[in-house]
Amino acid sequence: MSSDVETSLTTDPPVAEPVATASSREGASGPSNAGGGSPLQRVGKFISDMFPGGFRQYTMIIALLALILFFEYKSDGKMVTSANFQGLIAANTHVLILAIGMLMVIVVGHIDLAVGSTAGLVGVTMAWMAREYSLPWYIAVLVGLGLGLLIGAWQGFFLAKVGIPGFITTLAGLIGFRGAVIWISHSVAIPPPVELYHFANGSLPDWGREWTASLGLGSTGRAANDWPYEHFGLNVVTLALGVAIIIAFCYTTLQGRSRQLKASGVAPSLVAVLARLVAVSAVIGFVFYLFASGRPGTGFPLTGVVLLVLVLVYHIITERTPFGRHIYAVGGNKAAAALTGVSVPRTYFLVMLNMSLLAALVGILFTGRSNSAFPSLGNGWELDAIASVFIGGAAVSGGIGTVVGTMVGGMVMAVLNSGLSLLGVGSDKTAVIKGLVLLAAVAFDIYNKQQGRKSLIGRIMEGFSGTKSESDEVAVVPAEATTAAGVVETGPEIQANIDGITPAKLRDELTPTDE
Amino acid sequence: MTTLSQQTMVPPAVLGEAQDTAIAPKYVLEMRHITKEFPGVRALDDVTMAVRDSDIHAICGENGAGKSTLMKVLSGVHPFGTYTGEILYNGELVTFKNIRESEAAGIVIIHQELALIPELSIAENIFLCNEVVGRFGIIDWAKAYAQTSDLLHQVGLNIDPRTPIKNLGVGQQQLVEIAKALSKNVQLLILDEPTSALNEEDAETLFNLMRDLKRKGVTCIMISHKLNEIAQVADAITILRDGKTVETYPVVPGEVDVDRIIRAMVGRSLENRFPSHDSHPGDVVFEVRDWRVEDPNVPGRLLCKDISLYVRAGEIVGLAGLMGAGRTEFARSVFGRNYGIYLGGEILLHGSPLTLKSVEQAIDHRISYVSEDRKMLGLNLLDDVKATTISAWLKGVCNPLGLLDPHKVRSAAEEYREKLGIKTASVDVGVSTLSGGNQQKVVLAKWLFPDPDVLILDEPTRGIDVGAKYEIYRIMQQLADQGKAVIMISSELPELLGVADRIYTICEGAVTGEMPAAEATQEALMRMMTTITTTAPAVAR
Repeated sequence: MSSDVETSLTTDPPVAEPVATASSREGASGPSNAGGGSPLQRVGKFISDMFPGGFRQYTMIIALLALILFFEYKSDGKMVTSANFQGLIAANTHVLILAIGMLMVIVVGHIDLAVGSTAGLVGVTMAWMAREYSLPWYIAVLVGLGLGLLIGAWQGFFLAKVGIPGFITTLAGLIGFRGAVIWISHSVAIPPPVELYHFANGSLPDWGREWTASLGLGSTGRAANDWPYEHFGLNVVTLALGVAIIIAFCYTTLQGRSRQLKASGVAPSLVAVLARLVAVSAVIGFVFYLFASGRPGTGFPLTGVVLLVLVLVYHIITERTPFGRHIYAVGGNKAAAALTGVSVPRTYFLVMLNMSLLAALVGILFTGRSNSAFPSLGNGWELDAIASVFIGGAAVSGGIGTVVGTMVGGMVMAVLNSGLSLLGVGSDKTAVIKGLVLLAAVAFDIYNKQQGRKSLIGRIMEGFSGTKSESDEVAVVPAEATTAAGVVETGPEIQANIDGITPAKLRDELTPTDE
Repeated sequence: MTTLSQQTMVPPAVLGEAQDTAIAPKYVLEMRHITKEFPGVRALDDVTMAVRDSDIHAICGENGAGKSTLMKVLSGVHPFGTYTGEILYNGELVTFKNIRESEAAGIVIIHQELALIPELSIAENIFLCNEVVGRFGIIDWAKAYAQTSDLLHQVGLNIDPRTPIKNLGVGQQQLVEIAKALSKNVQLLILDEPTSALNEEDAETLFNLMRDLKRKGVTCIMISHKLNEIAQVADAITILRDGKTVETYPVVPGEVDVDRIIRAMVGRSLENRFPSHDSHPGDVVFEVRDWRVEDPNVPGRLLCKDISLYVRAGEIVGLAGLMGAGRTEFARSVFGRNYGIYLGGEILLHGSPLTLKSVEQAIDHRISYVSEDRKMLGLNLLDDVKATTISAWLKGVCNPLGLLDPHKVRSAAEEYREKLGIKTASVDVGVSTLSGGNQQKVVLAKWLFPDPDVLILDEPTRGIDVGAKYEIYRIMQQLADQGKAVIMISSELPELLGVADRIYTICEGAVTGEMPAAEATQEALMRMMTTITTTAPAVAR
């Protein structure tokens, strides 16, 4: 962009940024600078800095924590244990991975009903071919992933090129691929290459166990018969992974803040950011300590590592790449996206391709975990994945949803499964409860985001400072957009700014100065 | 600048007294001292107005002046109790709690966005929620069709009541809405921007119908931005500004002082509604030759019949044509074949031929097209200001790894917010929360960010207020001064005459004329826009 461009483009005398000076955006250089508001306003500002992007996005995380604590209490401490968390991850990785792909499908405005059947078809075909042709495990995996791409291309072709809605295309897949599974397997379970079994049931290498046990770390109890120490010790690799994640998180957060400060001179206050880092680090640290402190020979599951990598990669894809932006653009307004240079068919095609690739990966991992590719492999998984996406705040109409939100949604389902089974609730009642939770979560979301309704933090702010919230002139969130996380947050920032700009003031700015 | 607002302000108290002394129910509607507050904003501030029986009463005001809020108060969308002040309807105090109650009293609103269901027939739409039922609650279709025919006849439509709405033009749909209102025994009809989607012919039909209804004793309240239309039909005018009544006075249709309305609306004189500008056109930058496009829905129908035109650097070229003449279709087919089936023709950019097969290619060659209808085609309403600003040229904000750089995104958005004077609390705010004028500026920012050489603007000022229009004109002129080639498609002839340097007229997909704006008049343009000359006009240089 040439720099001489449009220095003159401002039609009016530059607006004196009445907005940026509003008290809510002050904290640029820490709380010392935030003397503008009352103490209570500062508290509100602190909270909003600590939870960027709107408090509302955190409600599901809070619900998740509350659920865990509830089950911990009701089950007399059986919930938050190393073994239970290891089981939780191992038993739900497949749904969580599917949910990542499903999120993208739903954001782009479609749905994929065939992922369970696709996973089943890939698992069975891979196991059958490996057995029939004595393929080594890595060739078998490549064959499986290749089949996933082929299925994705098939779905993508009918959706993007022929124009059949995703619901119909994948309904055909749900029925057809399941038939193919039974056809190929002759209704008999087939074992996969043994390496897959080891990988899918393995965990991070158990280094440093005896050393830490000799230091008196880790939980106590009866370990293996020949375990000489009183304590279990720790899986140091698991612990190191947790520390690495904490460091990476702190580094990127602080670096982002300093770049924002340098670029615009405005950033969340340092104290709030630090408080946030401490809180998040504590949670991550605790979870990984839990995984590390289990019985000797256990640690963070390898499938969990796969999941973490996928979450990171897809978080970046959806938030930081042009392709990710295209998904949201097409889901938000297809016609406008097409006029903006986004190829709508290409976006559809790639999203479906990706979905089936992930489904294939899930089929392979699950076949390994259960050490058999059986005809009903993947039955009903699509529904769990879809539920996770919607509990995680995505909109049915497309355009809204995040990978991280979806993971939280999936974890809510996972914790419900695990907690209810700890309490001895049967799978029949568990399903009823899960159905109700899906309804309640989405209903709560819609209630929260309806036009003009304030977030919790907005209400607190109002009580503190007497500032009032948005009018319908400033917050006309379209009704159809009110289904999920990430809709316009009408939090304290906007409220403060309304007070800054009155219609009369706007008019003054509009009036051309004729000389 | 004088403080005209103070001089022309009619103290509401005076009006109130005048009405109190009027005994006869001369007024079908009186709204007294209406104040409506939303948290943080006083949308209506002591608004007082009175509507005489069987009048066409126009309400004018810039966007955000409170027109729509006032009508929502009247119709019960904002129920009684959420506002202060009183509403007298036929001389009686009314307390509507919802639309159903106001409709039962004979007050019907027709919104700007028509509320008809495209897949259903005219009769089904008219009697939706108001079905003609016989015994056992079964719909009596024969009766419904007969009644619909009668209603359609009243509004001057002679078509089958079984016709699906989607087969009707916008003008006809508007008439169906009025027929629907008539089916509810409307006494006071409120039309919110009724002509915003109509061409002049359909608008004229609508006005004739309104005059006809007036004779039948139906009172109309009409909200409009188009002052020339108000001048044609209004019997009385109320002007709102910042939620206050500025003026309310009776007029004689056809003898309305438009300048007085404008002064009252904006609080300033707009003798110069169009900023003055000296253009210095350079070489031809963009040229289209013999452009021929077929309708994707109707095989064999040509949307563009060998259109040829050119634009110089630093020049603003206007494309005048009635709605449906093929202006938008032409622009969108040129813009990477986004619409229609390409049959032939060539594009020359800086003198060399260019084939554009996708919008992406067009953007890469520094051509921007600012679409009409920003909500449907220009914006993703779920996005915030910064994401919208960069959306047409993501390459411009990527780091070397090909990932979007959030800081580049922010600084690009801040840069254009400042350049275009976009009034928003921050660039993180959702575009759906902005006013129409600011939304249009965000769309402009989106299309200026790829740094185009050729900028095609399709109805860039539709539905935005006078002040914002002025700013958009200024921006266009400044872009031209930077040597960009600007094409402006517009239905408003004064705007084309005021801003463009040269104007092409298009009629039924063909160029029917070309003239410098300085020599053109509205009448001359209109003649060419409605006439197909059999001999193709000389178009090339």
